[in-house]
Amino acid sequence: MLAILVFLPIAAFLAILFGAPARLTALAAAAVNLALGLYAVFTWQCACWSFSLPVLEKPAMNLAFGFTDGMSVIMVLLSVIVTLAAVLSGKAPEGREKLYFGSSLLISAGALGAFAATDLFFFYAFHELALVPTFLMIGMLGRGDRRDAAWKITIYLGLGSVILLAGLVWLANLAGTYDIPTMLNAAKSGALKIDPVAQKSIAALLIVGFGTLVSLFPFHSWAAPAYASAPAPVAMLHAGVLKKFGLYGLLRLAIPLVPEGLQAWLTPLLVLLLGNILWVGWVTISQKRLDRMLGNSSVMHMGYIFLAIAALIAFPENPLARSAAIVLMFAHGISIALLFSLADRIERSTGTLDLQELGGLAKAAPKLAFLFGIGAMASIGLPGLANFSGEILVFLAAFKSYNGSSGLGPVQITCILSIWGVVISAVYMLRAYRSIFQGPAVKATESARDISFFGRIPAVLLIVALFAVGLYPNLLLNLLNKF
Amino acid sequence: MPAYYLEALTVTLGIILLMAETFCSCKNKAWVGVAGAIGLTLILGLTFFAIGPDAKPTAVWATWPLWNFYQFDGLAKFYKLFSLTATILVLLLAVDYRTILARFTEVPDSEAGTGEFYTLPIFACAGMMWLASAKDLAGAFVALELVTVTFYILVAYLRRNVGSLEAGVKYLILGALSTGFLVYGIAWVYGTIGTMQLAAIPAAIGHLQSTTPLLFGVALVIVGLAFKIGAVPMQVWIPDVYQGAPTPTTAFLSVGSKAAGFILTIRFLEPFLASEATRAPVVALLLIMACATLLYGNLAAIPQTNFKRLLAYSSIAHAGFLILALAAAKSETAFSQGSTKVVSFYLATYLIMTMGVFFILSQVRIQRDGEEISDFNGLGKTNPTLALALTTLLAALAGVPLTAGFIGKFFVFSLAVEAGLWWGVAIAFIAAAAGFYYYFGVIRAMWWKAPAQESAIILPCISKLCIGGLTLAVVLIGFWPQPIWALLK
Repeated sequence: MLAILVFLPIAAFLAILFGAPARLTALAAAAVNLALGLYAVFTWQCACWSFSLPVLEKPAMNLAFGFTDGMSVIMVLLSVIVTLAAVLSGKAPEGREKLYFGSSLLISAGALGAFAATDLFFFYAFHELALVPTFLMIGMLGRGDRRDAAWKITIYLGLGSVILLAGLVWLANLAGTYDIPTMLNAAKSGALKIDPVAQKSIAALLIVGFGTLVSLFPFHSWAAPAYASAPAPVAMLHAGVLKKFGLYGLLRLAIPLVPEGLQAWLTPLLVLLLGNILWVGWVTISQKRLDRMLGNSSVMHMGYIFLAIAALIAFPENPLARSAAIVLMFAHGISIALLFSLADRIERSTGTLDLQELGGLAKAAPKLAFLFGIGAMASIGLPGLANFSGEILVFLAAFKSYNGSSGLGPVQITCILSIWGVVISAVYMLRAYRSIFQGPAVKATESARDISFFGRIPAVLLIVALFAVGLYPNLLLNLLNKF
Repeated sequence: MPAYYLEALTVTLGIILLMAETFCSCKNKAWVGVAGAIGLTLILGLTFFAIGPDAKPTAVWATWPLWNFYQFDGLAKFYKLFSLTATILVLLLAVDYRTILARFTEVPDSEAGTGEFYTLPIFACAGMMWLASAKDLAGAFVALELVTVTFYILVAYLRRNVGSLEAGVKYLILGALSTGFLVYGIAWVYGTIGTMQLAAIPAAIGHLQSTTPLLFGVALVIVGLAFKIGAVPMQVWIPDVYQGAPTPTTAFLSVGSKAAGFILTIRFLEPFLASEATRAPVVALLLIMACATLLYGNLAAIPQTNFKRLLAYSSIAHAGFLILALAAAKSETAFSQGSTKVVSFYLATYLIMTMGVFFILSQVRIQRDGEEISDFNGLGKTNPTLALALTTLLAALAGVPLTAGFIGKFFVFSLAVEAGLWWGVAIAFIAAAAGFYYYFGVIRAMWWKAPAQESAIILPCISKLCIGGLTLAVVLIGFWPQPIWALLK
């Protein structure tokens, strides 16, 4: 059944290409996928979800999908939720509907395929499939200096993927199989022992490769301009879903297969993630446009997820770190999608995203202000919203390995420093909120229209998810504890 | 049916068409190309029924001395199919290219004197098919010359076009030089081990006191072959010749001629890689060649503005990946395919991708009257479906996953990693990244730039079918490469 989930958007893309009404088809496919995704949450352990089609005899390769564990379910769920929201909130420029909705569907299919694949080859391949429409959409339908942004993301992510591919090929050669569950079982049972020197090199390739895809400092500079100029659905899908591929890959492959190799790189990783949180956070504060600010903030928040991963590397038995990373991935995906979607609304009703040209929008558009407020609060990490559950778990996880007699370890020190990030995000988010919505109305916001009923649907969908996980994180944690 | 019938039939087909075209008074020559394609398709079908002497040792023909320098194994069959497919596509491409051919005849816009353009590829095809079966250096050399001499004519076919003539002269001079290297090298090999039979070489190497003269000969032969496959140090002719030659010839050169060079290289190197005494130096030589070719092809492609020239550099770049797979020199294991099969697979995907691109290029050349990358500007606006097809094909050439091109590269990388050729792997990754840059430059031009003229390109029927089929094949093989591996069994 997972194959249906993955290929439905592709089929819809083809249908659109051959003349089906673009928006309607995309909506239908996304809605069916959301229903399937929700159904999967309850029934994912059923064998009926897995799918395997041999494509090559030697080396054995299968077009195989399956839920390896709860993490895949959560990522698939995140993808289908954000896809529906993205399709709902997208507004294609006149005459480009086919391209606009078709590409959004392809990105979604690529992300779903990558999260659901159980074959290393297709795991990598589907992610790349999603990147091509991303580049094209930014280059063709983006805003501002879209071509430079698109070119930059093409080169960064192309290079990152190539480095990643090197690591994956090496891994597959040592493991002697492309089947991910087989690999993981072999590692668990001790049948697959990779020697420490190779581990170290593979870990470096994977950290840099996956890291570039997730905008790990200092490989992050593609992200903010790309998100700033991307059309709303692309920004939502990429920042919300596709970017999580890198983190998913680290958790799925790097941590179980090359634990010793990762340990060798723990200190550099901690420094880099602090770069994400503090340096990029600092950069975020100084942004003058909402879209660039959101782009930078999404880079910054990756630092926390890396912190969870670092805690897991430092202390592999850590019971919290893995869950913390996954909950935060989900929460961040939903909240950044919400913010990008609403930023697009603000631009549509006022014609600008320049913070200095905006002000007092809450008078003309109170509903928009309310929704954006929730998104901003979620992003800061207000209790009750999903991000809080994620972040608090991350901080707890970082201290799980704290040893009273030896004092603070590197992970704990990093954690203490990164808590400052919460303050940083409060500063930029609240400042942005104030300068957009409060104060006297200015020219751009005087006659602005409030968000319509249909415009509110995607935002409400995302906010419901944020509250559900925020108030009852066991929704996700229960999935992770079942095997 | 004995396998050598295939070559005989191909040559016969060529002669019949040549005669028919000569004595026919018709003005339109396209039928020659179509008839050739149909004839070759029939031969393609017959290839599946061809057998060697092992399959029927009792037959009279099975005892003929011919089998001393002709063999028929799985690899030979694959490369025969490959040559036939490539030639069929080239003939179809030539049919749609005939307006350009007619532009450079004695009486412009008449097709008088263009008939041979459709028959010559058939003879080259026979040469390539023979090469695929070569088991003896003398026979291989004769077959190779049949291919090369045909190409001398095909490259300079537009003899009233300065570019084509210049290409012809360059190809002739460098071709002659490389033939010299090849023959000289074969002489050294024969001089040291006293046999032309490739199968007898491993035994002969064992009796040598010193392998140095033999390796000198092998190096010379490799240099000679580098001309055919478009590898450093004999790559300088490629950009100029590719750019100047008529597009169908360019396509044939980059696919057919390269594949012919590779099958001969595979056959020639096999005994030297198998014997311990010569393996290490040959691998080192190949690795150096692979790295140099990869760097040259990919880095020099970056600043190109002419699309055909870009494809020339890309052809060098792909040769680099192929040689890297050869340098890995792995035989088949339970987990992975050996070097030979990976090279063959890569060539097959390369055929599909490149031919598709050349079909599109030739139509742009005809209807936009140019081959610059800027002539593709705005193709996404005027011809969205065609632009989508070209995007897919170029993405495949760059090696984007879920296309045929990625699978080929993936196997090459796997082999190189397995063989521990770290330098090669590192350079190949740089090369692949550079590839993304220049192929995407064309995609960028198509989708992001405004078109110079608003009129759409109208595809002729044959081109439309071929482009559609090849693009579909690129995507299908990206998901499901098994059919090509099945042919390689």
